Amino acid sequence: MLVEAWQFILQHPDRFFSALLRHIELSAAALAIAIALAVPAGIAFAAKPRTALAAITIANIGRTLPSLAVLALVMPILGTGFAPSLFALALLGLPPILINTCIAIQQVDPDVVDAARGMGMSRSEIVRGVEIPIATPVIFAGIRTAAVQVVSGAVLAAYIGGGGLGDFITAGIAMMALPQLFVGAIPATLLSIGTDQLFGYLQRTFTPPGLRAA
Amino acid sequence: MSWLLNNWDQVLTGLYEHVIIAAASLLIAFAISLVVGILAARSDRVFRWSIALSGFLYTIPTLAFLALLIPVVGLGRTNAIICMVAFSLMILIRNVATGIREVPADVVDAARGMGMTRTEILTRVELPLAAPVIVAGVRIAAVTVISVAVVAAYVNAGGLGTLIFNGISNDHAPKIWAGALTACALAIATDLSLAGLERMLRRRA
Repeated sequence: MLVEAWQFILQHPDRFFSALLRHIELSAAALAIAIALAVPAGIAFAAKPRTALAAITIANIGRTLPSLAVLALVMPILGTGFAPSLFALALLGLPPILINTCIAIQQVDPDVVDAARGMGMSRSEIVRGVEIPIATPVIFAGIRTAAVQVVSGAVLAAYIGGGGLGDFITAGIAMMALPQLFVGAIPATLLSIGTDQLFGYLQRTFTPPGLRAA
Repeated sequence: MSWLLNNWDQVLTGLYEHVIIAAASLLIAFAISLVVGILAARSDRVFRWSIALSGFLYTIPTLAFLALLIPVVGLGRTNAIICMVAFSLMILIRNVATGIREVPADVVDAARGMGMTRTEILTRVELPLAAPVIVAGVRIAAVTVISVAVVAAYVNAGGLGTLIFNGISNDHAPKIWAGALTACALAIATDLSLAGLERMLRRRA
């Protein structure tokens, strides 16, 4: 069956690579939107304890929602295709990043912030030069969780016409064509594991040297 | 809304099936995790290996996992339950092991000094003190399992996902709403009630 799956890829290289590319585009765009919204929002909310608590509570509820339910709910409103899938996936990526950013900034040692203020740093200098660097590992942990969730969720986007590797899986199940099923499932798994590893590496790389565990 | 009023029995059947497969998976996963977690609390090597392996399973996309199981167990509930168990292992093992490890060594020493056997220490001291952390794990696992069960409808496992998939293929929005919103409500209700239990256990501890 694995051989047949491999042959399927060799026979339909354009179909396979366009699905793979679509999958990566969809996930990367969704993750980029989620980061662009959730990181600044998390930093802003962290300054106000009550807003932060409300935001974390809402994000926690958002986190419990089943991925497929979110994708399915978007369909009657926005229809099918790339854009609705992108919207749903970005929505799925928001909560982990928002929660981690908020908590990471709040947990920065107040003494450190005091020291920075004592050195004459302005509020924005403290945010950029002290709080964000210290919060980086935890923020990246959130981005990593979101990235894996988005790449996994993108497999489900096939149901609402978003394309990607999920197309092979749904077609494979519908026709009970096992090779085709593998053509979707194995690359999707590898992509998800690769994403997890990549963001684990980025997390270590972006951690300021002073915070790295020996 | 009128669709829901006329077809509430379909929603209830879906909800019932959903809860049954989710609960069955959670129970199996919990039994496995309790054993592995207790061993992992005692040995760093077991801890590292079990977390690495179950973490790998956790990273696989749900639909891909279900698809990869088809050649092995075919379509149906068994497939879904295996997948759901695999997804909850990492969370449960991690929390069982961490919960036990966080029990202060002094408390365990005191129990030993009182003449308790190792089994007594485990069942009467360590596990009760680890309970809040373990329940926190069950909470995340339960929500994960409910989420996976929605997708599992695609491999004929039943549940609320059936409504969603039928709705999508017939382009019938009310059915999608009913399935998806009920699944969301189930996830939120489960999360909140287990959060309540966790708080209760923490207060008692």
